[in-house]
Amino acid sequence: MGNILTISPHAFRGFVAVTVPLVALLALFALAVVGVAARRAPWVGSVVYGGTATVCAVVALWAGFALAGRSGAETITLPMGLPWIGAHLRADGLSAFFLLVVNFGGVTASLFGWGYERAQAGGHGSGHGHGDSGPVLPFFPLFLAGMSLVLLADDAFTFLVSWEFMSLTSWLLVLSTHREPDTSEAARLYLIMASAGTACLLLAFGLLASGAGDYQFDAIRQHAPTAGAAAMVVLLILLGAGSKAGLVPLHVWLPLAHPAAPSHVSALMSGVMTKVAIYAMVRVLFDLLGEPVWWWGGALMIVGAVTAVMGVLYALMQDDVKRLLACSTIENIGVIVIALGLALVFKASHTPVIAALALSAALLHVVNHSLFKSLLFFVAGAILTATGSRDLNRLGGLIHRMPVTAVLALIGAAAISALPPLNGFVGEWLLFQAILNAPALPEWSLKIGIAVVGAAVALAAALAAACFVRLYGIAFLGRPRSPEAAGAGEVGVAMQAGMMIPAVLCVVLGVLPTFVIRLFEPAVRAMVEAGPFDDRSYQPWIWLAPTSAIGNSYNGLIMLAAIAALSIPLVLVIHRWASDKVRWSIAWGCGHVEPDPTALSQYSASSFAQPIRRAFGGTVFNAQDRVEMPEPGDTRPARLTVRWTDPAWAYLFTPIRSAVNWLADRADVLQFLTIRSYLTLMFTALVVVLALVAVVRS
Amino acid sequence: MIDIGYDAAHLLGALVLLTSFALLYQRRLFSLLNVFTVQALALSGAAAWQAYAHDEPHLYITAILTLGLKAIAIPVALHRIIQRLHIERTVEPALGIGLTMVAGVSLVTLSILLVLPVTENATALTREDLALSLSVVLLGLLMMISRRNAVSQVVGFMSIENGLILAAVGVAGMPLVVEMSIAFSVMVAFIIFGIFLFQIRERFETLDMRKIESFRGESD
Repeated sequence: MGNILTISPHAFRGFVAVTVPLVALLALFALAVVGVAARRAPWVGSVVYGGTATVCAVVALWAGFALAGRSGAETITLPMGLPWIGAHLRADGLSAFFLLVVNFGGVTASLFGWGYERAQAGGHGSGHGHGDSGPVLPFFPLFLAGMSLVLLADDAFTFLVSWEFMSLTSWLLVLSTHREPDTSEAARLYLIMASAGTACLLLAFGLLASGAGDYQFDAIRQHAPTAGAAAMVVLLILLGAGSKAGLVPLHVWLPLAHPAAPSHVSALMSGVMTKVAIYAMVRVLFDLLGEPVWWWGGALMIVGAVTAVMGVLYALMQDDVKRLLACSTIENIGVIVIALGLALVFKASHTPVIAALALSAALLHVVNHSLFKSLLFFVAGAILTATGSRDLNRLGGLIHRMPVTAVLALIGAAAISALPPLNGFVGEWLLFQAILNAPALPEWSLKIGIAVVGAAVALAAALAAACFVRLYGIAFLGRPRSPEAAGAGEVGVAMQAGMMIPAVLCVVLGVLPTFVIRLFEPAVRAMVEAGPFDDRSYQPWIWLAPTSAIGNSYNGLIMLAAIAALSIPLVLVIHRWASDKVRWSIAWGCGHVEPDPTALSQYSASSFAQPIRRAFGGTVFNAQDRVEMPEPGDTRPARLTVRWTDPAWAYLFTPIRSAVNWLADRADVLQFLTIRSYLTLMFTALVVVLALVAVVRS
Repeated sequence: MIDIGYDAAHLLGALVLLTSFALLYQRRLFSLLNVFTVQALALSGAAAWQAYAHDEPHLYITAILTLGLKAIAIPVALHRIIQRLHIERTVEPALGIGLTMVAGVSLVTLSILLVLPVTENATALTREDLALSLSVVLLGLLMMISRRNAVSQVVGFMSIENGLILAAVGVAGMPLVVEMSIAFSVMVAFIIFGIFLFQIRERFETLDMRKIESFRGESD
């Protein structure tokens, strides 16, 4: 095992290798200072983005070598933070894997961001806001540093501080587009949700540390909390990390805040920061809490299934490209959380090899989603740069005007729709291998429940395919729906390169998935004490043949060859005999004829989604389509109005908000009392406390 | 066995508590000051007796400080303030005697119920003393919130300080520094109160808190 990727790691053994990311963090802080100090200089964007790309590339390489070399955990204590405690940092397989994901996302986002901001400042696509890159530059490196610091933290204090640092820097990045009308509301909601989430994490780590008597993760590992405390910790982690990841119903900030940021930051927030939240879940549930109980995994799977289905339904309702992508992130997080839940269930029932399979599926999907979601947000940024619009109903026909972007977008859309031979397919295939092993579990509720969850995953995958057919078809195919779309042009080389790298990796990981699964095997092994290939003696390197009751296997190369062998002749045949015929259409041919300048009678984004809205919208979203037909003879156009409400707002957040307002109104009285009333309140409180003490002590 | 040390200390502490009760229902300012003087005298006596019984000479300093400041200087100064402000004849509403007794007795009960179980390892004298001084503190607080005149609120504050000093002399081993600092803080508080009373009177022509409160900008 590990016979392919053992590129000599021994060069790194000589010194404490954790210093590499530490130096990188310092470099990121220095770049932030440069971003502030030289914000007027013309070269500052190049320096900051070039610097973040370099630093992230170094850290990603380091993490890759650490994973490939199977190097063990390394710790370092910094004399900072709380007195006598310091800041403990630790890099093990899990941290290295997530560092690789985060920093690779940082590389592509820096590359794309450099071109994106130059294009914005250069006047392309003027009229849509964020031309000023000044507010982004200082916080972009800080955000990257914050995410890496969370992954390295080895005590609760450092973890929480860097978590909050990450939240605040991303919040500031969202606020960098503060001149746009929706941003302030989105940022406020994000700040509230982030604070509430951190509060939950604070309580969770408080419970963990009170059992261990120490804030260090090592001490927490050795003292498993009692059953009740562990259950509380699981719920609090689901609330705290789940609100950052976007689990339903805590997702409400995500479709507002992620799109509000500049596109390369959206890519980081959606593709990478949600993975940091997944890291927090894995770290606590698999590592710190000790032996799991089966219902933890059950809770994760239920939440994940609801999140996956709801997320993709939200995505289908959206007409805004970036908002659609943010909603699709919710769906993918749901899938990852389902895989984590499966891994927990199998770990609790002492079948570690299957647990390793499920955890591998989760981690593979983490990699995949960070790649194709970054790619798709870059595509959205490219569309925004070229046309100045994010509204699907104003796009169309971009495949002729932006051919490179269109091909890359197609790869991203196919990958996120889980089509073979791309990486999205492999991730979901692995997940289904784990789901198919459910009959081996002892609990009947799980045997049946996991089948239901599997059906939900299948539904979500199918709906996701519909969602991205809609996105790609409306934005890139057909004819332009607005003059801006008609006048769009291809984006610059830097932006193309930023999109190209994740697109190529989507294909490579789809064809050769075994490499990356082998690469993060140490992380899996550290969490569930087994690898996904442990009970298979013969492992041909090209076949992905994990442990399974059914004995399935997947070969990306054969899949690629088969698809190529089937589709290339088909395309040739169609082109030879079908497309060069001149076709005539009738005069009233639904507007697909030249005189219609805006091609408004094509399918629009809303009409494309209508069947699904009809099927699910009435019950889930209380959606109402209203058609206003003018009288015969009236020249007004007919109008279709679509209204829908988010159940999370209607049943959870609106009642919470009115309760908080009511309480605030009641508490407001306290501000205008007289001195004697205040004294009376204090006196009463004192007497009540004393009486309580007296009662308790007796 | 009759322990005269214990009994006398108990008696003096109880006297301080008794005067606290008396303070609660005094309606005239001069009689309020007189009762306060009696309380300070009893406190000073308690400190002196502790010094004698336990042979701790530094408690004599406490006794002298209490006598000089609280039994002489502060009452005399407050008398002069009252005369200069011409409020000798003010009759202010206080709680009725029956209600005062009910409230006071409940507070004392609470103190005893609270202190006795908590301090099981301490000596009997310390426990009694702590219960008594906590009662005095609570009664002083009750007086501060039940009175409307600024002068009587100052007296309530001073009687809280008396409760603290009673605790300080009752618990063996309290260093002199603590008592000194309490004494000086009382002194400073008294000076500030005095200045404020004149300022308030000059500005609002009353010391009745009900009227002063209406000058606050934000209230209705």
